[in-house]
Parts: sequence; C-alpha cells; structure tokens
Amino acid sequence: MASQSQSATEETIEALLASYDSGQFYCELMQACRDEAAGAIELVRRLNAFTPGELVERSAAAERELMILGVTFTVYTQRSRIDRTLPFDVIPRVLSGAEWSRLDRGVKQRVKAVNLFLADIYGPQKILSDGVVPKDLVLGNENYRPIMRDIKVPHGTYVVINGTDLVRGGDGRFCVLEDNCRTPSGVSYVVENRHLMQRAFPDLVDALPIRPVSDYGQRLRRALRELAPGDVSNPRIVLLSPGTYNSAYFEHVFLAREAGIVLVEGQDLFVEDDKVFMRTIAGLQQVHVIYRRIDDAFLDPEVFNAESMLGVRGLVGVLAKGNVTLANAIGTGVADDKAVYAYMPRIIKYYLDEDAIIDNVPTRICREAEGLAYTLEHLSEMVVKPVGESGGYGIVIGPHATKQELEDVRAKIKHNPANFIAQPMIELSVSPTLSEGVVEPRHVDLRPFAITGRDTWVLPGGLTRVALRKGSLIVNSSQGGGSKDTWVLD
Amino acid sequence: MTKLLARFAECLFWCGRQVERANALARVLDVNQSYSFDAHGDRNWEMLLHLYEQKPEFLERFGEVTPEAVLYWHLLDEGNSSSVRSSIFQARENARTLRPLISTEMWTQLNGFHQTLMDLSPIDATPRRLSRLANIIKENCQTHVGITLETLYRDEAYYFYRMGQQIERADQTTRLMWTKFHQLLPMGAEEGSAVDVSQWHALLRAVAGFQAFNRENAGNLTPEAIMSFLLFNPMFPRSLVCSVSAASDCLTRLRRDFNLQAGSLAVGHLRQFQSQLYDYDMEMVNQQGLDEIIDWSQRELIKATDLIALSFFALAVDDD
Repeated sequence: MASQSQSATEETIEALLASYDSGQFYCELMQACRDEAAGAIELVRRLNAFTPGELVERSAAAERELMILGVTFTVYTQRSRIDRTLPFDVIPRVLSGAEWSRLDRGVKQRVKAVNLFLADIYGPQKILSDGVVPKDLVLGNENYRPIMRDIKVPHGTYVVINGTDLVRGGDGRFCVLEDNCRTPSGVSYVVENRHLMQRAFPDLVDALPIRPVSDYGQRLRRALRELAPGDVSNPRIVLLSPGTYNSAYFEHVFLAREAGIVLVEGQDLFVEDDKVFMRTIAGLQQVHVIYRRIDDAFLDPEVFNAESMLGVRGLVGVLAKGNVTLANAIGTGVADDKAVYAYMPRIIKYYLDEDAIIDNVPTRICREAEGLAYTLEHLSEMVVKPVGESGGYGIVIGPHATKQELEDVRAKIKHNPANFIAQPMIELSVSPTLSEGVVEPRHVDLRPFAITGRDTWVLPGGLTRVALRKGSLIVNSSQGGGSKDTWVLD
Repeated sequence: MTKLLARFAECLFWCGRQVERANALARVLDVNQSYSFDAHGDRNWEMLLHLYEQKPEFLERFGEVTPEAVLYWHLLDEGNSSSVRSSIFQARENARTLRPLISTEMWTQLNGFHQTLMDLSPIDATPRRLSRLANIIKENCQTHVGITLETLYRDEAYYFYRMGQQIERADQTTRLMWTKFHQLLPMGAEEGSAVDVSQWHALLRAVAGFQAFNRENAGNLTPEAIMSFLLFNPMFPRSLVCSVSAASDCLTRLRRDFNLQAGSLAVGHLRQFQSQLYDYDMEMVNQQGLDEIIDWSQRELIKATDLIALSFFALAVDDD
C-alpha cells in the first residue's frame, strides 16, 4: 500500500519505512500521509532520518528509563514479584485534529447517555418500562446494585472517569468496541508515554502541533471538586488504592501526584458519625470525595464482600447520608456490560434523541432468538465474546479458530446463550511498529479517557494499545500488548 | 490543610532508618578488612556476627563462620532482614508507598540502587571485591541522602524521615563502638600498641570522622579521646550525642512548628536522654564501663522509637 502513496510521501519513504507494507489493512500513519496531513508527513520524514539500528538503540534506552522511573505494573509469581514495563513502541500513532473532534463529540455523547441511563435505572426506570432495554438484562445483571436506588449522586454524574475502547476497521471508520465505566485504567501510560517521547525523541517531537495531555491531573481534580457533597467549599479528596501490591499501583501514584490528592488505603480511612475520616499524624481528618480504584465488591465489608480488607466499613452508610462522594459511583458496571453495550445506540437515541456519533460494532445478542440463530449459523465468520469477562479472555475469533474451538464454543453458546454476544470480525487498523529491528504493521486500538464533573472533558488522543505479536488482534497487556504515544495533530 | 497520613509518617521514619543502616553496615564491613585482626593476624569475621546479635541465625543457615558466608549474610542475604540488600529492599518498598510525596529523583535513585543490589551475585560480596561493593553502597546511600536533603519538602514528612535516620545513626554508632570494645578483650592487642592504634584509627574512618577528629585532637589518637569524640562531641554528625540531639530537635519542631499535639512523652524522653548525654564525660564512662553506657543508650533508643510509634503511627482509632 505504501507504494501507492503519492506526492508528498513518495520521495521520503526510502529509509526506515522504505519496505514498510501494511498489506490489506488500514494504516493509521500512511493514510494520514495520503490525506496530506502535514504533521504526519513531517513525522514520516523525521522517522526516515533514523536507521533501524538507531531506532532500536533509542528504543532500548527509553524502555530502561521506564523501568528506572518505575512506570511499571507488577506481576506476581508464587515466589517473587517482578516489575514489568508495559512494552512501549516508539513510533507514535497519529490522529488528525478533524478526526479527533468527531471522536471527542462522540465520546461526550456516549458518556452523557450512560449517566442518564444510570440515573434512570437507579431512579424511575423509564427506559425499562418503555421496553427499550429488557428489564431482566438490567435488574438481573450481577453489576446492578439495588442499594444505589437510595443514593443521590451530585450532578447525576455516576461515571466520572470513563474509558471508551474504539477500533478502526478496514473501511477507515471508528466504532466503539467496549465501554469501561467502572475503574478504567491506562491513563498514566498516555501521559508518561508522552513525557518519555519528549525526553527520548526530542528530534521527533520538536515543534510539531501535538495536542498536550499533561493537564489530565488538573482536570481530574477539578471534576472531583465539583462533585463534592453539599456545600463543602474546600473538599478533601483522596484516591483509594488497594495498596502497593496492586499491579496498577504505579497508576494510582501517578493519579494522586498529578491531581494533588492523597493516596490512601482502606486502613487509612475510618467511618464515624456518618462521616469518613482519614488517620493522620494529627488525628482524624474528614474526607469528602473518594476516587476509588477498588471494585464495588470490596468497598464496604458491611454491604458487599464481608471478607474484604481493602475497603472501609460503613462507607455505604455515609454515601446514603450524602456525606461523601465516590468516583465512580457504585453500580456503574451495569452500563459497560457487554450485553447492555449492544443496546447503547438505542439508549443514546432514547435519552438524547440523537443518533450515535460513533457507531457500535454491529452486535448479535445471543439471548435473543434471532441473534442466537444468526450467530450459530455464521460462527466461523464471527468474534464471539462471553459477556462477563474482561481483559480479552474467553474470546473466540471465528476466522482464526480451529474446527474444535468452534465446536466447543458452539456448545457453550447453546448451553447458555445469554452469556454471549457475537460481532463480525473487524480487521483492526495497523500502525508502523518496531519489531526486532524492522518496522512492520501491527494492529492498534484506541481508548480515549473522559472526565465528567459538571461537564465532560476528553483527554486528546488517549491510550493506543498495540498487539505486538504479528497478526494478533488482541491488544490487552495481559496478552502480549504494548502501547504507543498517541498524537492528535492540528 | 491536609495532614500527613499516619502510615506515610511511619514509612518515612523507616525509610530514613533503613538507608542509614545499609550505609553504616557497608562502612563497618569495609573497615573490618583493615582493622579486625585477631592475635594470629586473621581477620576477625566472627565479631561481625555480634554486631546485630545474629550468630545463632547465622550458624543455623551456614553451619560455620567463613569470610564468604559472613559477608554474604550481611550484604546480600535476603534471609537476613538487616542485610544491606534487605534494608534497601525495605527502604525501596517504603519509597514506593511514598511516591506521591517524595521527588521523582528520590524514587528513581532508590529504585535504581535496589536494582543494582538485586543484580549482584555472591561473588560480588567476596573479600576480594568487598571494597568495591562497599563503595557502591556508600555512594548510593550518600546520593540518596543528598537528594533527600535537596528535594524533600520540609514539612512534617521531612522531620519524620530525619528522625528515623538520626535514631538509626545513634544506634549504629553505639554498635560500632561495642564491637571495637569487645574485640579488644579476646584479642589481647595491647592498649597503645601499633595494632591497637591502627584499629582505633580504622574505627574513626568507618564513621568518616578521621579529619573531624583531628580538628580538635590532632596527635592525640588515644582510645579515650576517640571514644569521647564518638559519644559526646556535639559537632560531629555521627556522634551519639549529635544524632540524639538531631532526633530530639525533629520531634520538637514537629510539635512546635506543625502544632502536633501528640508525642509529649516521646519528646520528654528524648530530651532527657540528650541532656544526660551532655552531662556525661569519660570519667563517668570509665567508672560505669563503656559496655554499660552502650547498653543504656540502646535501651533509650528503643524506648524512643516505641514512644514515637505509639504517638504518631498507631492508628488513631481502633476498628473494633
């Protein structure tokens, strides 16, 4: 495909990217060059000034820096703990300003609809009585928390921090693959990747019109302040982490530092007189807003998992009194359920009377007879996902599966149809990626992060995850994925 | 204003202690190369096991005392919670918890130091390479201290860090003197003999105090002058009295400048200890015996730590 590109790029594609060929796939960088995006063309020109050897060397130095900075997640084995960096690919992924502004509007629209949906299902439940979304799908969902029917949420913002997983297919259109409305992670990599690029590759970054990402912490802090309960003028805000043994502890440190809030663990918090306090060297101090990075089930042993050592006993009672705000609210998991996802275009239409700006991937719902029949008939062409799993687990990709794998999943679907959805195979777009000294196409996705206080703000770009294994479509870090810096170029 | 979390205060206190401990241990081991000869001219490795009263655990693990085993135990053994590697591991874990508070430089240096120690193999801790390793450890500890001094914000956090560092330093100085004292007895190096003088000389070097000592005592390299210097000199940063005073000052500032109500018992205790040290002189040491003074000092330091923990680190309200 690269060979077809004309004019501006032709003379420059000779060195590093000379033999780069994205085959039948949509290439993020080459397409931007073909669309004559000045920033992308300049990036290609600068990349071509590198030999593969230089790029490998600089890339290794960058990886070492991440390690020493502790931009790591922790992998535990029975005998030891190993700090790993999320593999970082040094060739940035680019998005044009115009393209981004559509995604920005699309994410905002979706977050707005999700919050209205949550306010409704924990309130009057009109969408259920109007039959737009099946009642049992919501009320019978394991992430639906009836206790939230008694709890008011400031500004109706249930989902304060949201991550929307987007993919781009062969036709060049973005669509939503998945919503993450509980505790989406990965934003620290967005900011740290950018800082790393600025230090390790000043010659690539210099003077390009890249939208900044470093104000994420300030934006987060502002939103959390806006959500403080009642008339507290100077709320005390904390980030509640499971602690240093959590694999995402680095991200918790990052967020606390960037937002200027206190990083606490459950043992630091204490409930008394319907208020939450933290234990300091000067005694107890009241806490007003908690950005929690632990799941609903571990938040309050009085209400949820009684064995939880991570949470705060009595926390839900304080919520009910309106004396503390949780971000995200309890019970948001029902909105990012893979089955509820299938209804999202209808949910947007219902609350906003608008069509979705970013489409869903067309999704067959196996709990519906029609969807089940279609899925079983087209199994070898489709991607089948269990609705309760995350991290890419349990997914069967029809076109790549063996006969046996297809038969196995067919049996599972028949046994419990409601546990599955099916989508057509999306040929994810690719981006040039350094792999063993050669630049090759690798599949990428995009997770923009949105923060909502009174209003919604979307971090320009977001997390680009890249499937580092050749041909792989799975970008999750647990399964061989890495990340790239994401440039929105004006 | 948001006050310092009790848990963070505890991590800071121990981070200060752990780095100081690693630093002191590297100094002792390094100097032992040159000063710990017994009557037969062998280096007295066994003495080092008494430094932290660890001989039984050591023998259980290694069976017999060899130079290699003693050095491995003190430097790299993760089964020894006071080894340099363990101390820096714990300091780094504390720093990891403290990352929202401490500077990036402070974290990355300690993280890198920890990685350096993890990458070492047993051969790096053998007598032939000891000097090189001790230097790496000392330099890293001193770099850590320098970065801390230059970048740690001077609020309560700083004073908890420094209090831990100074209490550990007081403890280490007394341990160092104890080993010298005990080593003299079985070895029978005659007081004032060439061996004896070189040992006292080495002791001063272990605390990087030779030049400082000479400022006031040039030409008077007697055991008594050196003991007095290490115990009672108020201007030498590693003397017992100087460290105890610094710890006591930290606590006073925490209460005065940061309005902390807790800690009155601890500050009272440290001030009393400090003023008793100021009242002591070598004549009293000779009367009571150095051994007794050292034992008493260690008891006072343990009590100070307990009172500080009770006042500030114990969770303010019980969960039950």
